[in-house]
Amino acid sequence: MAERDLPVARDADERVREVRLLVKILSRPELGALAGTILIFLFFGIVAGDSGMFSMKGIMIFLEVSAQLGILAVFVSLLMIAGEFDLSVGSMIGFAGVAIAIPMQQFGWPLWAAITLAFGLAVVVGYINGLIVVRTKLPSFIVTLAALFILRGLTLGITRLMTGRTQVSGLRPLFEDDWLAPLFAGDVFQSLFLWLASVDAIRTRTDGLPLAPGVPVSVIWWLVLSALATWLLLRTKFGNWIFATGGDVLAARNAGVPVERVKILLFIGTACGATLFAAIQVLDAGSADTQRGLLKEFEAIIAVVVGGTLLTGGYGSAVGAALGALIFGTVQMGIFFTGVNTDWFKVFVGTMVLVAVLFNNFIRRRMTEAR
Amino acid sequence: MSAVPLIEVRSITKYYGSVIALKDISMICYAGEVMCLLGDNGAGKSTLIKMLSGMHKPDAGKILLDGEEVVFQSPRSALNRGIATVYQDLATVPLMSITRNFFMGREPVRGWGPFQRFDIAASDKIAQREMLNIGIDVRDPGQAVGTLSGGERQCLAIARAIYFGAKVLILDEPTSALGVHQAAVVLRYVMEAKARGLAVIFISHNVHHAYPVGDRFTILNRGRSEGTFEKAEITREQVMLMMAGGRELEQLTAELDGAQGGEHIK
Repeated sequence: MAERDLPVARDADERVREVRLLVKILSRPELGALAGTILIFLFFGIVAGDSGMFSMKGIMIFLEVSAQLGILAVFVSLLMIAGEFDLSVGSMIGFAGVAIAIPMQQFGWPLWAAITLAFGLAVVVGYINGLIVVRTKLPSFIVTLAALFILRGLTLGITRLMTGRTQVSGLRPLFEDDWLAPLFAGDVFQSLFLWLASVDAIRTRTDGLPLAPGVPVSVIWWLVLSALATWLLLRTKFGNWIFATGGDVLAARNAGVPVERVKILLFIGTACGATLFAAIQVLDAGSADTQRGLLKEFEAIIAVVVGGTLLTGGYGSAVGAALGALIFGTVQMGIFFTGVNTDWFKVFVGTMVLVAVLFNNFIRRRMTEAR
Repeated sequence: MSAVPLIEVRSITKYYGSVIALKDISMICYAGEVMCLLGDNGAGKSTLIKMLSGMHKPDAGKILLDGEEVVFQSPRSALNRGIATVYQDLATVPLMSITRNFFMGREPVRGWGPFQRFDIAASDKIAQREMLNIGIDVRDPGQAVGTLSGGERQCLAIARAIYFGAKVLILDEPTSALGVHQAAVVLRYVMEAKARGLAVIFISHNVHHAYPVGDRFTILNRGRSEGTFEKAEITREQVMLMMAGGRELEQLTAELDGAQGGEHIK
């Protein structure tokens, strides 16, 4: 029987490949996150539809929460696709925050100089992280875990040394009229929102101004960075190098991809992403705190993994990471709006991570097994 | 056959600490020729190709390309001089598409400055055409390389090297992980590369794969050369005997015979 079947099997095997549409769709990394996003919105649309979550104000609240994490997640996704982790981004947020705040408060630096300093430090931190990882070939997990503690410690030590406290506050008057501040904090499309309020399309305060003053500028950063990162990944030479580096570092090196440079640049990217996050937070709150960014490294990894990026690298998407952040932010705020005890949020996050990883593994098997 | 070999290794020596990995090895390969480098595990084959592909530098001796001495600082510099190495398992990235693998490290770009982009449409066409040239019909060059068979992956790596103008093609155990049918696919393509005028250095410990395609054979044994032989001078069995183990097997046979002889005397 086996002998009779053989020629048939051979004909099917020889050089003729059917690429089924379903397989093609399934092989998009952000598919799971997209499905998840739709589910989450359906769910909260039903249970929290009349709680104000989907009013303009509510939408802006959960978008802003998502956007801040999303900015971080986009950079982390690029690094993770290249096969490395950065656990130091949370500490980097705190570090960059005080690097902006202290020079302004203590030395009267202008905002632009303080922000330039913070980004300069981010480049140094990212470069050192990357250099240690590529030179020693140690897992980035452990190298950046060290950086997590060193940076947090430095942040605390330096801040207390310079200011005697662990918080740098009262910054608002220092940047209130600064030309650079609107780039990081505040809202855009304010006139549009005013008009919407005037025609009663969105809710207003008692004085007639819209309840949501505009779109938080962080949301714009999030959207622009996600789009740029997606373009970088899918349509540039460097993007191909990122996939190659994460997919198989030796094959990439053999093919002439400068894998070390790719990794170092992406470590610099995550540190800069954390600094952008910090700048937005400092200008938004008017203060810096040494404890800012705590656990953000894990939240970013969660958003990236939920977005379909493999923990082992070589496969993933920046759009997915943006959607992962959206899911994270929406659920975090959604639970608040529905009035459910927020303790349950973490149970949900953990379950979501587990489901996402299992799903990603399934996709990878589909991708790599010979059909 | 031109008088100057395309690539020549002259009295090359390499030490790893106190270990003599290679001692005084010489080897030449002309254009349009398959030179087989044979030897058992640990014979020094990998060390030799690592020097040819720019991963290591020799401690003594030199490498000549087109009769001119060259020193490679990195795999990239060897690649730029037209020496392409295809490694057994380390040639392609399974999770990436055929096109992305084909152009890995040498992506064609369009546009200018910061707006330079990877020209995927053109790349897809080229990859599909080049794969078809070697008899692999891929409907969708966007499919992951992981879906190809082992032989097809090796062929992709070789096709890529040829497409990017390799003059010297070094194949590191291209068939050792493959089944009989898949190995034949790769071997046929090696002949194709030879016909196109490439100098092919074929590394193997499998005489059955190397002998049919090889023009000449250099046999390494424990870091030293056993000599180079034209195909006409040597049979498959002699090659096998000369590789490590051959002598040991002879010795073993002799010992067994001796033992039997001893019993006869008793």
